[in-house]
Parts: sequence; C-alpha cells; structure tokens
Amino acid sequence: MAVKVLIPTPLQKLTRDQATLECSASNVTELLDSLEQNCPGIKARICNEQGELRRFVNFYVNNEDIRFLSGTNTPLQDGDEVSIIPAIAGG
Amino acid sequence: MTQATTLQNQVTSTFKSLKCKECGEEYELKAAHVCEFCFGPLEVTYDYSTLSQTVTRESIQAGPHSIWRYRSFLPVATDTPIDVGTGMTPLLQAHRLARRLGIEQLYIKNDAVNMPTLSFKDRVVSVALTRARELGFSKVSCASTGNLANSTAAIAARAGLDCCVFIPADLEAGKVMGTLIYGPTVMAVQGNYDQVNRLCSEVANTHGWGFVNINLRPYYSEGSKTLAYEVAEQLGWQLPDHVVVPLASGSLFTKIYKGFQEFAQVGLVDEKPVRFSGAQADGCSPIAQAYRENRDFITPVKPNTIAKSIAIGNPADGVYATEIARKTNGTIESVSDAEIIEGIKLLAETEGIFTETAGGTTIAVLKKLVEAGNIARDERTVVYITGNGLKTQEAVQGYIGEPLTIEPKLDSFERALERSQVLERLEWQPVLV
Repeated sequence: MAVKVLIPTPLQKLTRDQATLECSASNVTELLDSLEQNCPGIKARICNEQGELRRFVNFYVNNEDIRFLSGTNTPLQDGDEVSIIPAIAGG
Repeated sequence: MTQATTLQNQVTSTFKSLKCKECGEEYELKAAHVCEFCFGPLEVTYDYSTLSQTVTRESIQAGPHSIWRYRSFLPVATDTPIDVGTGMTPLLQAHRLARRLGIEQLYIKNDAVNMPTLSFKDRVVSVALTRARELGFSKVSCASTGNLANSTAAIAARAGLDCCVFIPADLEAGKVMGTLIYGPTVMAVQGNYDQVNRLCSEVANTHGWGFVNINLRPYYSEGSKTLAYEVAEQLGWQLPDHVVVPLASGSLFTKIYKGFQEFAQVGLVDEKPVRFSGAQADGCSPIAQAYRENRDFITPVKPNTIAKSIAIGNPADGVYATEIARKTNGTIESVSDAEIIEGIKLLAETEGIFTETAGGTTIAVLKKLVEAGNIARDERTVVYITGNGLKTQEAVQGYIGEPLTIEPKLDSFERALERSQVLERLEWQPVLV
C-alpha cells in the first residue's frame, strides 16, 4: 500500500530535507519499519526503547489522531496520508 | 548612563538557551519548540545567579506598571519591548464570595481586565511578538480558541507586524469580531481546536511564519509567569497557600508554578509550599481524567462544552500539569456546563466581575473544592480569572433574566418594582409558594 507521509521539521535532517515521503505499509507499525529502512535512525526518534510511540509524538491518518482509531494497528490503504506531528503546540 | 548600560547588558544575558524538558538537550535561542531527539518541549533557561545579584524588589517596583517590570525574567533581549500596558491587573480580596463559600482568605487575580484585549493572553503575546521581532519575523500567526487570536491580532497591529490567525469556525461571535476588527487574515477552520492546532503545526513547518504558540512557544509561554510574579508582589512579596487555575493546554498552570519557584530561588520571596489545583469542563477534561486515574499520559478527547476557550482535547502540557497537582498536594477537578454558568453568575453577583466560561469553570471548581473540604477555611487562596464575559455572551443568554420593560410613567415603574420584588422573594423562598 503506497501512503504519503508528512515529515515534521525536527525529523527532516533524517529524510534528506524532504517534507514528504512515499512509503509502503498496511498499518502504522509496518509504516514505522518502512520509514526506518528508508531513513535509518528515524524510528528511534519517534519511538522509545520499548518500541512504543513517544508521548510527545502524534500520528494522524487522514487527519484523524490514531488514538481515536486503532493506535499503531490502524490499517493503511493506498493513497492514505499520514502526518507525524509534534504533540507540543498550542494553548 | 554608563551604569544603565551595564545593567541592561546584565539583564540581556540572563536567558541562556532552550533546553528540552524531557532529555535535557540544549539548543541556541532560535524559533523552535520541539527537541529534535525526543520531541519533548523546549523551555527557556536563565542564569539565576546573575538574576539574584541584580534584581531586587525595589528594582522591580521602579519598573513600568506592566509585565515588563519583570523583564529580567522574560526571554527578550531588547530594551524596547512591545509594551501595551499588559499586566498589573487587580488582585482583589473577595470577601463576599469567600463568605458565600465559607472560607476566609480568598483573592481574585482579575485578568478579565487585562490590556489590551481583556484576557491573560495579552501577557504571552506581548512576550512572543517582542521575541518574534528580535528573531526577524515580519508575519506572525497563532492557533487559537479565540482569546489568543484577539490578542495576537491587536498587538501585531500595534507592532506593525503582518498577522494571520487560525480559529475553529464555531467560535463565539464576540471572539471573532474581536479579532477581525484589527484587520488580520482570519482562517476559520471547519474543525475543533485540536484540528486547528495540527494544521498550524503543518503550516509552521512550511511557511516560515512566527506562530506564537508553535515555533515561538518556548518564549510565548514564559509570559504566563508574570501571573505568578504579580500575585507574589501584590500579596506583599509573599506566596499564597493555594491557587486555582483553569486548564486548557496546561501551560499556564506549569508557568505559574515556575514563576513562584523562580521568585523563591532568587530570594524575592520566602520559599513555601503552594498547592496547585486545576479546573476543567466535564465536556473536555483529559487532564482531570488522567489525574483521577493516576496516569502519566493523556488520552485525548473530542471536546463538547460551552467552555470553548479551554476546550483543548489534546493538551500539550497536560502531563506536566498532573505532575504539579500531585506533588503540590493540589487536585484537578472538572464541572458541568450548568455549574460553569452558575460559576459565572456567582462571581458576577458577589464580586462584580463578569468573566467568560473559563472563569466560570474556575469558580465552579473552587466551589466544589471548598465543599469537598479540599480548601481549608484559612488557606490563603488565589483564583485566576483569565478572560472577560463580554466575549462569550451566548453562554449566559437565557440564564440571567430580562430587563423589566416599563412605560415612562411613575405608576408603571411602581407596578414593575413591586412585581420584581415578588419575583425576588419567589426566587429566594420557593417553598412558600
């Protein structure tokens, strides 16, 4: 499944300054592995030592927070758009 | 002159770096809000030994009658910050409200009359836009539930900065008008605040604007510390026993805590424990829920409450707010929309202050805490009222009665007066009807 991933500024050093990436994955967990293959080191920024998403990272699939979907098991389909957004903003 | 220059240089050097609150990684003082390594929030650090040597109660009191009397504790380098008279709002002893609730030492910090746009946001925006100018931004922006948009648009106008603000499309009319009047571009996003915020994080990535509460957030949020400093100064250079604060993102709560700690650290006040209690609306209470369930993470919610100004379902500083409430022996409570309206009316009828829904929430939580025995009778308690009721008139419409319409004749007046007195008696003694 080809999905588009929006990369936030703090991670763009790892994506050779690209703000979007195309990845192939059928759920969010697979997407994380796919990102790591394309951009080594990126997973350690997004996930903690236990492999869980860090508490200050938010993932959105087609504009919905994955915590309102199925978390890292959220399925992905061709053409989906995934945003990785720093949680610290607003207020 | 020489001495003044020396002092200013010392003041300038007091803010040193941005530091990640999670992993401690340090960064230069640029426009950035997130740690590149762990995504944790960046916070401004200061040279407290210099501060304790250079700042005295007298030097503060000799400063302007605004937040800029505390400039040494704020992250700006300029000698000419944007000073629109923000801050130094009244701290009122609330005798009548205290008596109604059955406590003795209650104070209201009244930012419903903060300048220029009648909410505490003028504090954070004054700091953020001063810093934005220093960092070379010519266009500023924000994601807002209303008050921040009012403040950013007004102070940007005054400073001659271009401005584009983002708000949820369903805001109260007063908050939309109170932004449009200053002539910014206003984007009314069809979604809730959390969606606005997410969109703005993406725009901040690509457009190079200064978003006060995104890429300028470390500087912006420091402005809230002035609500701690002013209360300490207005209490005669003492800290209160207990504070009750509305919680949206949780940032204000954590910065009032930081402000008290800093004043104690540099010797401006004696150190003492201050209990921190937070207020949320039932319809958007992710921080209160995490507190109740003793969690160290926030589960986001979709807001559904009249308290739109504090309706943040995915609060950035929520975890830090729960930590502070726990370690200070405070608490975090939430109240229903009906209680919020009663809170607005109670403050208005006892103290003559017309606050918005966030203030109603805070007063309703205060009442709940007193009734539950969570505030001792003699605790010196400060309640933070952060916004003005004229901006959220929709919230109380239908709950506050109607004027008595009369003819311009004495007997019409007398009849109406009698009727109103009967109505008043009925209201007070419903069992006798």
